[in-house]
Amino acid sequence: MKTNENPYIPYNATVEDTWFETGGERAIKTFKVVLEDDEARQNWNHRPGQCAMIGVLGVGESMISISCSPTEGDFLRFSVMRMGKVTQALHQLEAGDKMTVRGPYGNSFPLEEWKGKQILTIGGGIGQAPMRPIVEYVKANYDQYGGLTMIYGARTSGDLCFKNEFEEMRKNEELSCHLTIDVEEEGWDLNVGFVPSMLMDLNPSPENTIAITCGPPIMIRFVLENLKKLGFEDDQIYTTLENRMKCGIGKCGRCNAGGMYVCKDGPVFDYATLKAIPEAFA
Amino acid sequence: MSAMLLNKEKWPDFVGKLTGKQLWAPQIKDEQLRFAPVAEGEEPALDYKNTRVPPKNVVFPQTETLFRFQVDGEEVDEPKLDEEVVLLGVRPCDARSMVIVDKLFSWDYDDPYYARRRELVTMVGLACSEPGLNCFCPSVGGGPASTEGLDLLMVDLGENYLLEAITEKGEALINETKELLEETRDANLEQKEKVINEAAQKIKRSIDPEGIPVGLPGLWEDSLWQRVSASCLGCGTCTFLCPTCHCFDIQDETEGFESRRCRTWDSCMFEEYTLHTSGHNPRPSRLERTRNRINHKYNYYVDKFDVIACVGCGRCINLCPVNIDIVEILKQVKEAL
Repeated sequence: MKTNENPYIPYNATVEDTWFETGGERAIKTFKVVLEDDEARQNWNHRPGQCAMIGVLGVGESMISISCSPTEGDFLRFSVMRMGKVTQALHQLEAGDKMTVRGPYGNSFPLEEWKGKQILTIGGGIGQAPMRPIVEYVKANYDQYGGLTMIYGARTSGDLCFKNEFEEMRKNEELSCHLTIDVEEEGWDLNVGFVPSMLMDLNPSPENTIAITCGPPIMIRFVLENLKKLGFEDDQIYTTLENRMKCGIGKCGRCNAGGMYVCKDGPVFDYATLKAIPEAFA
Repeated sequence: MSAMLLNKEKWPDFVGKLTGKQLWAPQIKDEQLRFAPVAEGEEPALDYKNTRVPPKNVVFPQTETLFRFQVDGEEVDEPKLDEEVVLLGVRPCDARSMVIVDKLFSWDYDDPYYARRRELVTMVGLACSEPGLNCFCPSVGGGPASTEGLDLLMVDLGENYLLEAITEKGEALINETKELLEETRDANLEQKEKVINEAAQKIKRSIDPEGIPVGLPGLWEDSLWQRVSASCLGCGTCTFLCPTCHCFDIQDETEGFESRRCRTWDSCMFEEYTLHTSGHNPRPSRLERTRNRINHKYNYYVDKFDVIACVGCGRCINLCPVNIDIVEILKQVKEAL
């Protein structure tokens, strides 16, 4: 991981394609970007769960999870919610525009270790972004895993990310793909209810299974509770954290949860580790 | 490594020899004693306990350009760092702090700016003969004549300074100024021991850190954090003036068509430091922020880098506007263990 190059200097990247996942004030826009430098592109090699500092020169950078699997190709994908100064600037970008990228940063989901196991992802809202690379990775290496179950929910159907991809996946009989929205809606014929209750309804067996969850803090809390009720052990449960970050490389100080730097020691933690960090759910 | 004597009458000549390089020494600037460049002909005085601002800004400037770029440009220019600096009159605690901070700035990723500035600096220390009121360096692994992080140590022997080279850089400095120096005698070394022992005796404050790093996690919900943070104003003085505090913010600045990305000192005592864009703040009040400051220095840093991130310089005690006192906090921690 040690690099001789200046880790604060970002790579230039070209936005190849963009589209909105959701609308409204806090819209989520996805960017498909390609690093300009050939060598940087070849050496990038991110793993599912890792993040990157993306930004616009003159505005700043934000740490965003890389929402594609390396199995998808030589490009990167980021799904960004419009929230503050940097994400506003990112949302102005269209195909052909430039952004800056630094990374990949942080640890990753131990997908090698999970070979042979059932993979269960439980996402809520924008929390599906770090789940997506797991889903794509397992799909690409399906024969090496025991199966893939996805639970994904959002407030309304308009708040669901990656909808088209889910439509495709729902047709695939090998995958078990479950969508839910919080309140009933005209034209919605799938599940209505919160993600944690849907998890209980599906009643997955903890046998040889790894559960990964990401979403709003309140959802994570109930999902963890329910996973325990279903008999999952602490080391079968994973989540990914986020905190305010500036450097991404464990120097600037602010992203710590207890003694762990989310940017370097995380963002991926198993529940056994997380339980020992007093600030993890702060 | 050699040890030589410098008669104080030759002090101006000694300084004169060094001002050929970029020489930084304690000076009154903006009504405070801080390290600043010494102009030719100027003569820094060494009769101080310690500077208000630690010399960390020489290796970690308060504001530092990471790179420059043109508005709407894609190319970035990194600053060239090649000016050698001699830091003269560094107290042993401040020199030790850099050794401690080195661990963070080289943790997996080398911070190129910090690393380069560290290479370029020669640290000439001055042992303490008159420790300050709130000094407690021996409690945390230092001492009035600790040489950790120094290239050369000076000890005030009255008429003379004893100059001891600690590293090759220090040895080179002695060689460069050899014509001004005299050989030491055994009596000088005895004198040094006496000065240092007397200085150590004058240190009145202390804390026994034994058990604190392992004990702090268990005190997470303890009422002591409420007590010790109740009067905190969140001004950040304790962290800005702390020689081991190293947190920073990164911001882009534009003037005309010229932009730069720069980093500036930041403080974990500020609300904005951890504030998420959503409005959520994982450390929403001064209680959580005070608890984090103490845990970072006396628990997290020990876990990661095997050393307490506090050198006992006493600045945070001396300069806190509401008299929050880290030695008192640590005492309460000990009592609660």
